[in-house]
Parts: sequence; C-alpha cells; structure tokens
Amino acid sequence: MVELKDSCVKPVRGPIMPAASPSSAAATAIQEVSKVTARVGQDAPDFELSSFVAGKGFQPIKLSEYKGKWIVLCFYPGDFTFV
Amino acid sequence: MAAVAARYNDYKALGVEIFAVSVDSRFVHMMWQEQELSKMVAGGVPFPMLSDAGGRVGTVYGVYDEAAGVNIRGRFIIDPDFKIKAMEVLTADVGRNPDELMRQIKAFQHVRATGEVTPSGWQPGQPALKPGPSLVGKVWQVWKP
Repeated sequence: MVELKDSCVKPVRGPIMPAASPSSAAATAIQEVSKVTARVGQDAPDFELSSFVAGKGFQPIKLSEYKGKWIVLCFYPGDFTFV
Repeated sequence: MAAVAARYNDYKALGVEIFAVSVDSRFVHMMWQEQELSKMVAGGVPFPMLSDAGGRVGTVYGVYDEAAGVNIRGRFIIDPDFKIKAMEVLTADVGRNPDELMRQIKAFQHVRATGEVTPSGWQPGQPALKPGPSLVGKVWQVWKP
C-alpha cells in the first residue's frame, strides 16, 4: 500500500466556470456557481476535486486534463449506501 | 459502482476514463474501498473516487439534491472534444444498468468513427444508418423496430 500523505484540509477549486464579464464577475461569482450549466451537446463544465485512487492515494483531479479521452462521470448519493 | 468496477477492463479497452463522484470526503472513499468495495470486487474500485464537498460540482451538473445534501445518481458521457453526449439521472433508490452505459459508449464511438447514425436499440455489429437525402422516407427499407 502506498503511503498516503495528506493534511486534514486541502482546498480545491471545485467548479471552474468560464470567466464572466469583468464588471459583474465579483458580484455574481456565487450566483454563477449555483447555476446548472451541464447540457447535452455542450462543453462539460470543468472542475477540480480531491480524490482517492486505489493504490495511488489522494490526488486532485481536474476534469479538463482528460480532454481528448472518453469520460464517464458517475455521481452517486454516498459511500456505504445500498444500491 | 461495484457493477461498473467489475467491468472496468471492458471500459479500459474502449479508452474510457471513469470518475465516481459523491459528497463524501476522500478519507471516507478510502475507508469504503477498504472495508466494503474491495470485498465486492477483487482489487476494489480501480477508478478515482472524487470528493464533491457541499455538492458544488453536482449543482453545476444538475444532480445535487439540496434537501438531502447529496448528489443523486447522474451519469454523463463526455467525448474527446469535451462535449457532453449523454446524461442519465435517477433518484437514489434505483441502480443503473452498466450494459446500457456500455452500449451507449460503443454507439457514440461508432458514430464518431464512421459518421453513421445508430437507430433505436442499436448493438455493436448491427447495421447503422448513413444519413443523407437518399435515406429520406426509406428508413423502413433498412430498419424496423
């Protein structure tokens, strides 16, 4: 097993939204994040999240670094649930 | 999750990267892997398990349930141009069908490689359709449900 080094709290960027117009950027930053932007046929919303990878340990994953590959993104309700 | 993990080599053969996302921390992901998943599937879940604290990313993808504070089941297929090709969203109580996910990936890859389009229920190896003026009104000749 790989030694897993990590601190308790590690900031990641979360959703990475396209830059808004400079004047409104600060005021609407939080609102922007609360919007659903995923649409079939459109660019996948980018993000960076921390992750656990078996055999490798903890690492941040930025979705757009996998551009050029087929990606399947599976959201699920929670660890230790039943289905 | 375990069902997809059990077929991981099939997805790998298609060049597919899989990411699982929940609101759990990376530490809980690790414990679930060690305590349970590795007992369901040999070697456990081989793809990254991402931690979407607060459901911020799930919100952007339209799968975050604010009342429950979790991401519901949402599955997205993204192509090499970074376009979302398919999405399927279910409430938490019904699991997904990995066979249908595999079928859709193969169909999208076939379309991308050939320029053909795949009719309803298409399976790899079956004929697909070549869109164009000569097919208008003549689909019945080459395909029936």
